[in-house]
Amino acid sequence: MAEIAPALAVEVRNLRIDMPEGGDIVDDVSFTIRAGEVLGLVGESGSGKTTVGTALLGFARGGARIAGGTVHVAGDSSVNMLDLTPQQKRRLRGKTVAYVPQDPASALNPSLRIGLQLSEVIEAHEPETPRGEIDRRIEAVMQDVGLPADPAFLMRFPHQLSGGQQQRIGIAMAVILAPKLIVLDEPTTGLDVSTQNRILDIVKRLCREHGIGALHVTHDLSVIAHIADQVMVMYSGRVVEIGRVETVYDQPCHPYTQALLSAVPELRYRTQLKAIPGHAARPGQRPQGCFFQARCPIATQECKAHPIAMTRQDAGHDVRCLKSGVTAIAEPERLPDPLPATATSGKRPVIEVRDLHVAYGAFRVLDGVEFTVEKGECLAIVGESGSGKSTLSRALIGLVPQQQCTALLNGERLAPRARDRSRQQLQTMQYIFQSPHNSLNPRQTVESIVGLVHDTFNRASRSERRQKIAEVLSQVGLSPDAMFAFPDQLSGGERQRVAIARALMADPQVLICDEITSALDVSVQAAIVNLLKDLQQSRGLTMVFVTHNLALVRNLADRVLVLNQGKVVEMRGVAEVIDTPRHAYTKQLLANALVADLDSRAKRSGEKECLRA
Amino acid sequence: MWRHLLERSIYGLLTLVLISALIFVATNVLPGDAARAILGRSATPEAVAALQAQLGLDRPLVAQYAGWVADILHGNLGNSVVTKGPVWDLVGPRLTNSLVLLASTSLIALPLSFAVGILMAVRQGKWFDNTANGFLIGTAGIPEFVLAIVLILLLSTQVLQLLPPTAVLRPGQTVLQNPQVLVLPVMTLTLAIMPYLSRLIRASLIDALASEYVVTARLKGLPPRVILLRHALRNSLVPSIQGAALSLAYILGGAVVVEYIFQYPGLGSALQSAVSQRDLYVIQAIVLIFAFGYIVFNMIADMLTILMTPRLRS
Repeated sequence: MAEIAPALAVEVRNLRIDMPEGGDIVDDVSFTIRAGEVLGLVGESGSGKTTVGTALLGFARGGARIAGGTVHVAGDSSVNMLDLTPQQKRRLRGKTVAYVPQDPASALNPSLRIGLQLSEVIEAHEPETPRGEIDRRIEAVMQDVGLPADPAFLMRFPHQLSGGQQQRIGIAMAVILAPKLIVLDEPTTGLDVSTQNRILDIVKRLCREHGIGALHVTHDLSVIAHIADQVMVMYSGRVVEIGRVETVYDQPCHPYTQALLSAVPELRYRTQLKAIPGHAARPGQRPQGCFFQARCPIATQECKAHPIAMTRQDAGHDVRCLKSGVTAIAEPERLPDPLPATATSGKRPVIEVRDLHVAYGAFRVLDGVEFTVEKGECLAIVGESGSGKSTLSRALIGLVPQQQCTALLNGERLAPRARDRSRQQLQTMQYIFQSPHNSLNPRQTVESIVGLVHDTFNRASRSERRQKIAEVLSQVGLSPDAMFAFPDQLSGGERQRVAIARALMADPQVLICDEITSALDVSVQAAIVNLLKDLQQSRGLTMVFVTHNLALVRNLADRVLVLNQGKVVEMRGVAEVIDTPRHAYTKQLLANALVADLDSRAKRSGEKECLRA
Repeated sequence: MWRHLLERSIYGLLTLVLISALIFVATNVLPGDAARAILGRSATPEAVAALQAQLGLDRPLVAQYAGWVADILHGNLGNSVVTKGPVWDLVGPRLTNSLVLLASTSLIALPLSFAVGILMAVRQGKWFDNTANGFLIGTAGIPEFVLAIVLILLLSTQVLQLLPPTAVLRPGQTVLQNPQVLVLPVMTLTLAIMPYLSRLIRASLIDALASEYVVTARLKGLPPRVILLRHALRNSLVPSIQGAALSLAYILGGAVVVEYIFQYPGLGSALQSAVSQRDLYVIQAIVLIFAFGYIVFNMIADMLTILMTPRLRS
């Protein structure tokens, strides 16, 4: 242990972090990262992954306390990051261990020029550096992250940069002093796929070139497929599996890892996504024994008895499971693609849009968009941020008064503004927003939220109303008791179910879904997607599904409309668009999606060594 | 930015015009007019009518207002009903004294409030924060005139006899020649605005210290001094600037009670005696000065806010 291994960027042993009121958030976390390597740390919200990330800088948020363990940085086993004085920690932070924050828009100081935010790192750690040398280093690091280094650009304030540029500044601040280790906390969440890919490429290249070890915290398995050499899976404050990315993605040995991978939609074919039943236990309410046993299909009495230790599966592949390697969750079943819709089946389309234009001043957001949606089909609208896809869905529901178009709903003209539409039209089309965190009124119970829609379109006695709300809640997989909860008492997935229930309460024919899974964890996303598929089947719902996630589209949509700079560049069946894209823009979208595709990173073979074990 | 400034000035001017109209109407609606006030109760109706004609009070209200505004623009505030001399001769020295009081209070109260607020935020939840908070809330609950009387009892009459209890000056002397008369009014006003200002600064600095950019700054390994001064304080100053402007405008205009208690020869006490003597032109002039002060302070605060917020600047 005490021997110095120069190739190590960080060695973490038995890290434990406690909540302010006692009890651990994470415990028994051990891993190493070698210089130049990226360790991807994946876990769902509440798994403790960010807590582990900042602990490498000796920092814990919100009163949490680093209670035990060792963090040796840069192979220096004489210095434990966790035992240092604040003064000593400060000298290491930013210089030896650096941090790239999650949301650069709020992590960069809004009132300081970016040049200053870069130079102050050097000034804080190497105050003797002459001005010329500082400028030279800033120029070099700006080049490294692919940004201009001219004085005019460095004089800008953060709000004058795009999201991608802001995150490049975040990375530049982290690598400017050539640290041994960087911690990246979901640095690409909120960026669109092509920007994300460019950022990840930069991180990967910088780590290789400068021999920096990186801990990349994310909830997105495809980001890890893109960037990481090793992956560490956390569940409810414990590491459950760690190993090479290829090995773990190819032969996931922990049932939770298997479940997580089965919940990720594939780009190349349609699958039956598998959601994980139940919830992760919160700290303080975790069960005895294995924390996953309550949700694990192969758990036995043995699993409930004692805490489970990490065991070695193979060299460099450790798993925290008594049944490690047993297939608990089989690979998701492949489904056939939907048949390409015949051009016109004679029936009248539910939605017909002709020549849709939206312009804000001289800026054309949508420019001559035309499409139809047939009854019972799911039309996906895809494009990068700024392509106009959200404007399109908002125009459809009547939230964009500037629109000019001929839109027909069941053959009847739709007014541009929702308030000019008939009650029946309002009822026919319902909208679900991206973030369930701010689309539900925090001061109303679920009963009032869903009940408001009920009262808009129906009149019923109190008991009848309650009965109906309970019914619609059970349709979206919530228990009737959920009606008495306030939104903040529910998880993200539950809130989105409430939002869906609210839409269903109107008994609509058309659901317009605006990126409704992008704020959710992957297993929750799977559950929501399956729910939507079921509803589509059982109620014959027509859906317009706006997203940037092509794999999700493959899984859900019948047809795809590709939007670029406000124009439709391609609109065909889902299999056709993804397997044989015609337009250059679609090809580029697919190329970006493929980089992050799990399947192309770790080819899954039918035969698994884990299976035989 | 210059365009914004121009816009603000135009709005400020409009506000001033509106306020002047309000003042004019209000003073005219009040019972008793200037002619009767000058001539006294025993005057004959003929004499009153003659003086009204002479003062132009028989003209329509709009014409009177226009005349008044035109006079003001020519620097003529009219003649005092009581002293018969120009209003400016009466108001001018008072304005100087009020500005001296304002300046000395700002010089003491603003740095003190900022220092205490910052220290409270940095020591949030600790001994200093709790003690200072308790003291400030206690002070905020005491009306100013009580504060003033307590200070007089403590420092100039009952306990210690360090300072003059009132600011009575010998003729021909100015406040600046007798700075000791400023001490008690400045202390009272400082205690009056400090609770509000320092708690405002504390709250906005605590917000800034909890922000993501401060976490990032800490994880960049910046020294605590740089984090506080460069990262946190700069962003928390904006609400404090607005608060400081309101406080200063209040001192200029609202210190009537404090000036009265200490017999301080400022605008506040002048307004008080003008009201009791129904000296209409003096009332109008003083209220107009107060309104002008409010507008100017708020405009300065807006300008500083814009200067300190890059997003607003571009």
